[in-house]
Amino acid sequence: MKNFKIFIYLIILFFPTTSYSLIEVDITRGNLNPLPIAVSPLFSDKESQLNLKKNLDIENLGLEIADVVKDNLKRTGLFNPLDKKAFLQKPNVAHLKPRFEDWSLIKAQALITGKVSLENEKLRVEFRLWDVLAGREMLALAFTTVPKNWRRVGHIITDKVYERLTGEKGYFDTRIIYVSEEGPKIKRIKKLAIMDQDGFNTKYLTLGNELVLTPRFNPTSQMVTYLSYFKNLPRVYLLDIETGVQEVVGDFPGMTFAPRFSPDGKKVIMSFAKDGNSDIYTMDLESRIVERITNHPSIDTSPSYSPNGKFITFNSDRSGYQQIYIMNSDGSGVKRISFGTGLYGTPVWSPRGDLIAFTKLHKGKFYIGVMRTDGKGERLLTENYYQEAPSWSPNGRVLIFYRETKTDDKGEGFSAKLWSIDLTGYNERLVDTETDASDPSWSSLLSN
Amino acid sequence: MYRSIIVSSSFHIFIIVIATLSLPFISKKPIELPPLISVELIQITDKTNIPFAPKAKKIIEKVKKKQEKLVSEQAPPKKIKNEQSKAVPTPDEKIELIKKEKPEAIPLPEKKKEVVKQNLETKQNPAKLETKVKQVSEFEKKELFDPNNIAALIDKSKENLAETTKLSDKISQSQDQTMDQTGLSLSEEDALKAQIFGCWSIPLGLPYNENLLVRIKLKLKPDGTIMKSEIIDHARMNKPGQGFYKVLAESALRALQLCQPLRVPTTGYERWKDMQLNFDAREMLEG
Repeated sequence: MKNFKIFIYLIILFFPTTSYSLIEVDITRGNLNPLPIAVSPLFSDKESQLNLKKNLDIENLGLEIADVVKDNLKRTGLFNPLDKKAFLQKPNVAHLKPRFEDWSLIKAQALITGKVSLENEKLRVEFRLWDVLAGREMLALAFTTVPKNWRRVGHIITDKVYERLTGEKGYFDTRIIYVSEEGPKIKRIKKLAIMDQDGFNTKYLTLGNELVLTPRFNPTSQMVTYLSYFKNLPRVYLLDIETGVQEVVGDFPGMTFAPRFSPDGKKVIMSFAKDGNSDIYTMDLESRIVERITNHPSIDTSPSYSPNGKFITFNSDRSGYQQIYIMNSDGSGVKRISFGTGLYGTPVWSPRGDLIAFTKLHKGKFYIGVMRTDGKGERLLTENYYQEAPSWSPNGRVLIFYRETKTDDKGEGFSAKLWSIDLTGYNERLVDTETDASDPSWSSLLSN
Repeated sequence: MYRSIIVSSSFHIFIIVIATLSLPFISKKPIELPPLISVELIQITDKTNIPFAPKAKKIIEKVKKKQEKLVSEQAPPKKIKNEQSKAVPTPDEKIELIKKEKPEAIPLPEKKKEVVKQNLETKQNPAKLETKVKQVSEFEKKELFDPNNIAALIDKSKENLAETTKLSDKISQSQDQTMDQTGLSLSEEDALKAQIFGCWSIPLGLPYNENLLVRIKLKLKPDGTIMKSEIIDHARMNKPGQGFYKVLAESALRALQLCQPLRVPTTGYERWKDMQLNFDAREMLEG
């Protein structure tokens, strides 16, 4: 009997049973097609619509805000906003509860709905982001502001949507400062101008009496530093955008140029040229203490801080040709990082900290490119007859720069325009400006 | 008495020794077996399907490891059988396939039947075959060749093929269980991957240097639709500072929603009803 039991146990133990190991499949590729997104016009009831029309002289503010969002998303190259003519559900119903079948029918993967109203003379905008395929809400926010700020509301909505869908912060509620140019090439009138990142709300900060160059935003406040020729002496200036107050940075006995703020906004780093030599200096804006950073008988210029403020990148011809270098913020540990053929200049450290953007001149062509901070992984994003001065968007995904066109035999046809390109190198776009433009600089997010 | 026994036995031993050494027909010759030829059936799609360049290394390494294992274990038959069974899914299917092919390949079914019978007879009764061969001389062979009868000859080969496949089916029946435990074949896996590649819009804003691997466990219906999907590291989605992970996980879930029903094999449901997909965008984001 005992043997029989053991026999039974053995049979159970060794009886072949079917077991299935879990199948694992690695998905390492996907498509880079823009995400189809539907931006439904924001709904506003008749009363609000009438009040808003009186207040802003805009027929349908919900539609206008939706257009701001749609245009912003389209410019990123990451989204494909669908044509509103294809929408099956009307805004008055969609903002309450979208019929996901209708939206998935037109291939939308994400949907933005919302409502605009005027409450106590304040504009109230609420919006919701929906995942059409999963049939659930991803984000819901409401803003209250003065009605005149309605474009900014559109930008803030885009920032929130962009962040929710891509994982990185947006760059839409930002401004761009640049040099506005008018007149013939030999007699250009150059003014400081500021606009929203989408080209709207342009304002001129200087009158054009003096030549202005290289304006740069303070990353922490609405301050600008720039180069201006006053009484034929080029000097670095500070300008408070809100108050309009200007002041000279430091009392240098020569030419100062290529200014840029430190990441904390407390210092200005710039080049100071004297007797044919150019070195890099910093000035503390509070204490006004000036510190020399480089000391080399070569031209060291275009300094730019790393986002953590510990390093500085600059270009120098100390090797015989203009190349890019990095060093510690105190000037020690200078290291060359660019070794390619051609001349490298205007290095700018990415706000993410992982890349340095630059201008490269090689065989008569100008390139805008990026490389890692150790100099490896150089990628040239765009090539043209003449282009330079890249500036990063606050999220480190897009570069804005300016491009000039050749003049013809009669000396005509010259133009300078702002262009943007993203890190993929495929999404290159002309940035609309009222006049010709050069030397752009992107602000940090205004809503931070 | 003892002496005669000793003499007799020694004489007998002597005779036996002489007989074994001198009479060759007594000694048993070892049977000369033909050398073993191992036959490996290879699924051609596995070999011709060129993997994506960045993944190629991994795949090659995997294959190498498998080969090493086979050598060290010195017991490849099971594996070989596995591959055979992959090539020949189930006996029933094969029979059906052959049945389907017959009308196309054989214009005259009646003739074919005869041929099949003949063929079977020859196999079962070798004596009959011998007599037939004897009847046909070298000169007669040419006369016997009938160009109109090529189809029948082809049919013969078909029938032979059918028999061999039936035989292999017998083998594969016992192997199906082991195959079931191994997962998808490369071609099946590639079909599924290709489908999901098309559906997955990778969020381009994600950093390429962070560990962003999203593992999703799926419960599938036999037609490939998703019964249940579960992110294995779901807790990470709601942790602060894991925005990128959340975005990637959501994009993966969207891809699955968009793709379903998934391109899964038509057979072996038990094998793939539970599946894990590992979404890793680093290769794409690095550019």
